[in-house]
Amino acid sequence: MQNNNPLSPHLQIYKWHISSLLSITHRVVGVINFFALMAICFWAISLFFGENFYRSFEIVLNTFYGKFLIISLCWTFSFQILNEIRHLVWDAGFGFDLKAAKISGIFTLIGSLILTILFYLAGRNFI
Amino acid sequence: MAQFSLPQNSKIEVGNYFKDKTNSKNLRKINVYRWDPSTGKNPRVDTFEVDMDNCGPKVLDILFKIKNEIDPSLTFRRSCAHGVCGSCAMNIDGVNGLACIKSHSDISGDLNIYPLPHLKVVKDLIGDLTTLYKQYESIQPWLKVDQTGQEKTELKQSQKDREKLDGYYECILCACCSTSCPSYWWNGDKYLGPAVLLQAYRWINDSRDGDKKERLKKVADELKLYRCHTIMNCTNSCPKGLNPAKAIGSIKKMLATS
Repeated sequence: MQNNNPLSPHLQIYKWHISSLLSITHRVVGVINFFALMAICFWAISLFFGENFYRSFEIVLNTFYGKFLIISLCWTFSFQILNEIRHLVWDAGFGFDLKAAKISGIFTLIGSLILTILFYLAGRNFI
Repeated sequence: MAQFSLPQNSKIEVGNYFKDKTNSKNLRKINVYRWDPSTGKNPRVDTFEVDMDNCGPKVLDILFKIKNEIDPSLTFRRSCAHGVCGSCAMNIDGVNGLACIKSHSDISGDLNIYPLPHLKVVKDLIGDLTTLYKQYESIQPWLKVDQTGQEKTELKQSQKDREKLDGYYECILCACCSTSCPSYWWNGDKYLGPAVLLQAYRWINDSRDGDKKERLKKVADELKLYRCHTIMNCTNSCPKGLNPAKAIGSIKKMLATS
């Protein structure tokens, strides 16, 4: 086969299914969470440098964008935990049927939003 | 690193427009991927206006109608036209499938037809599947037994053991699943892909085969097997209703528990 033959289109034309959409979201959210965890570690370490340093983090996080960031991270963590459970069930050999995979996917998505709201309410001492 | 965009020589250009000449009231626009190796030009998408009042029910019927009545140079593979040979596998309306068993009435709007994704195009709707066939060969898809060939008794298989192959032996190797898999797009040279892994599982799972351990060992590889991230595009696209994702999951489970 000559190498200068064109490559047929792939991402450009392929239709998204809920399973493929959640899969790529899982990957992206995983990367975000990796950096988020590092940031949280830095925040913890900043305690060693005294109160002022620690407080400066707090000021940033109390702005509108800071709050948005925190709530977003609540969702990314919720989503990843639930989708990891979904993967765990798959690894145990269950839930491969198209219907089951679709339902578990929708469940993960809705569940992650509910968990985010619960995190928020718990954080604000409402529950 | 995966390349998400198409290389320069694969960018799709706007093609020709074939206006209807039959004065039919029931027209449908069919967009078909075209590439002619003799021109040296980039691929293009041609649009055909097809008279749907005089057309068979399947997507393959449309392709034949275009080839017979509008543009005889349109090239595609087909053989049985009954969903058994797997030749007419292509990307129809964004999902891989067999043109011969896909009803065009199931799809609304203009119909987009492309070759199977992420393959080197040979011509028009024909993709080059050499790599896939080589990978298929690598899993040694034949029965391996310790017999010498001199034995006078046949290899017996109980009904229960035979049932374990249901959902796997039906695979026709049309490559719809493998070419729908993003992991296979990015790592097609190393990752075996759903079609070949389903076949691997079919032989691992055969009670008559004497080489189960070797087969498992061979497939247990970071790239060959574990590039599957259960995206499930394979199961979503299989025209025979099989479940390659489950087969791959079963191999992973076997490896984890053995």
